[in-house]
Amino acid sequence: MTATTAPATIPTVGVRPRRAGFVADVISVAGRAVRSIPREPESVIPALIIPVFFFVVNTGSLTDITSQIQDPGFSYKAFQLPVAIVFAVTGISRASTLVTDIQDGYFDRLTLTPIRRPALLLGLMVADFVLVVALAIPVLLLGFAVGVRFETGFLGVLLFVLLSASWGLVFTGFPYAIALKTGNPAAVNSSFLIFFPFAFLTTAFVPKELLSGWLETVATYNPVSYLLDALRSLAMEGWEGAILGKGVLAIVAVGVVSFSLCMAAFRGRIRAGA
Amino acid sequence: MGPSAIVASGLTRHFGSNEAVAGIDLDVAPGEVYGFLGPNGAGKSTTVRMLCTLLAPTSGTASVAGFDVARQPDEVRFRIGVALQEAALDPKQTGRELLRLQARLYGLRRAEAEQRLDQLTEMVDIGDALDDRIGTYSGGMKRRLDLAAALVHNPELLFLDEPTTGLDPVSRNRVWDEVRRLNEELRVTIFLTTQYLEEADVLCERVGIIVDGTIAAEGTPEELKRRIGTDVIIVRVGGDAEEARQAVEGIEGVGSVDVHDDEITIAADDGSAAVSPVAVALAERSVKVRDLTLRTPTLDDVFLELTGARFDPGTEDDANPEPEEARR
Repeated sequence: MTATTAPATIPTVGVRPRRAGFVADVISVAGRAVRSIPREPESVIPALIIPVFFFVVNTGSLTDITSQIQDPGFSYKAFQLPVAIVFAVTGISRASTLVTDIQDGYFDRLTLTPIRRPALLLGLMVADFVLVVALAIPVLLLGFAVGVRFETGFLGVLLFVLLSASWGLVFTGFPYAIALKTGNPAAVNSSFLIFFPFAFLTTAFVPKELLSGWLETVATYNPVSYLLDALRSLAMEGWEGAILGKGVLAIVAVGVVSFSLCMAAFRGRIRAGA
Repeated sequence: MGPSAIVASGLTRHFGSNEAVAGIDLDVAPGEVYGFLGPNGAGKSTTVRMLCTLLAPTSGTASVAGFDVARQPDEVRFRIGVALQEAALDPKQTGRELLRLQARLYGLRRAEAEQRLDQLTEMVDIGDALDDRIGTYSGGMKRRLDLAAALVHNPELLFLDEPTTGLDPVSRNRVWDEVRRLNEELRVTIFLTTQYLEEADVLCERVGIIVDGTIAAEGTPEELKRRIGTDVIIVRVGGDAEEARQAVEGIEGVGSVDVHDDEITIAADDGSAAVSPVAVALAERSVKVRDLTLRTPTLDDVFLELTGARFDPGTEDDANPEPEEARR
């Protein structure tokens, strides 16, 4: 064998591995995921551009029309701000990173540690929550800049961000489910398609009373309609418990479905490894 | 010597109708370097993935460091380090970030982790690049970092799945040095899979040759080679190799005779004494001899005797593929 340069000593410290604990595991995984966000600006920039684009185009093209058919004082900008926020936070996840981890074998490296299995997923979702809150803020500032004001004040703004981010979080269940089930980056990218019926077959562009036919029916059963109603109520109407409650229920309902799919796919992915 | 570091009994793994591992028995002693030698698709990686809890066996049992891999996977995980076939790293993290995360997941306290990182940094000898993103590392640096990640928690047992595949000779030698030092200085038990005969020969105390999901032969490299005989005469012929086989079979002092393409491998207890009769016998049958070599047996000769084919790391890629599921 050829002689090679080698270090003079071998590591001999008697470290003893132990369970870090569930919370520590989640924080560790989330920390890594948050660190990676600024290193992948290409995955975040579209999420900022798309809502701003829609907000500017929609308010520019439809404000005059809606002003003719709505009560005086109706602000179409305030009506559209929740749509922009929902566009910004929906479908944002670390699912593509998860697929890369699976393909590169890094997911295996993590599962070879004694980490509590759910922390692998929950850590990524915590990072997603941080990201969607961060994405909601500039869109919100844009709304303020064009004159949108909240009837519910500062607390309403906080709840507005919280509800939006919660929606963004529960929606991550879908891309994660696809990522874990397929391990395929193309499939994960196409998960954005799920967003279209959620986003467009709703009261996104006009109030429900202006919808008709099948679209009205679909919008009635679309949970995003209730999320938008809740967000709009905070900006345009004041504290409306019933509307807010329905919005929260819509988020919970979607969360139950998406997280069930996600956890089933997660269990399937790690089941083989005992 | 204490209880075995690795014990497997009738270990199997199916992927649909494909039996990737078909009933493997293993008994690896603490402190041993055990080599699992076989071509691609023979079942090496699938076996490793079962032993290190990444893949559930279809049937059979295995215990690692005294714990059952299926029923006590966490106990196993605390005690093993694993460097998989492809360096399992995150290219967007720096080397230091990756090692720190690894240390945290094994519950190392901050000071403990930093001390361990200092030691491992010295071992992997990556220098300032430890603070660079892993995506910028060379193949050799990635392998060394992967090895360091496998050692963060001071495991008593190390699985190395083809640790040198794709490495240049210098990097390969370096990994060999590190494997030796881990074993000799820390008495870490090492289970190594390889498709390189030389690697198994120089590193491993015992070698299991795996073919089509079963262990075809097992022993020290010397024991395995002794199956062939003391010496081997290799003859490459220009004409009918079968004719040549018939010419040399039965010569006094000649053991087994294997033919592979235009090459005849003749086992002999005393090669020097058998060379002349072999050459004469071939000349009498008018066999055209292109070259004739006398040497000691290699593991390749063992493989030839076991399977009837020369060892070709890539030959079984399509014959017994390990599907995507095996990579979970």
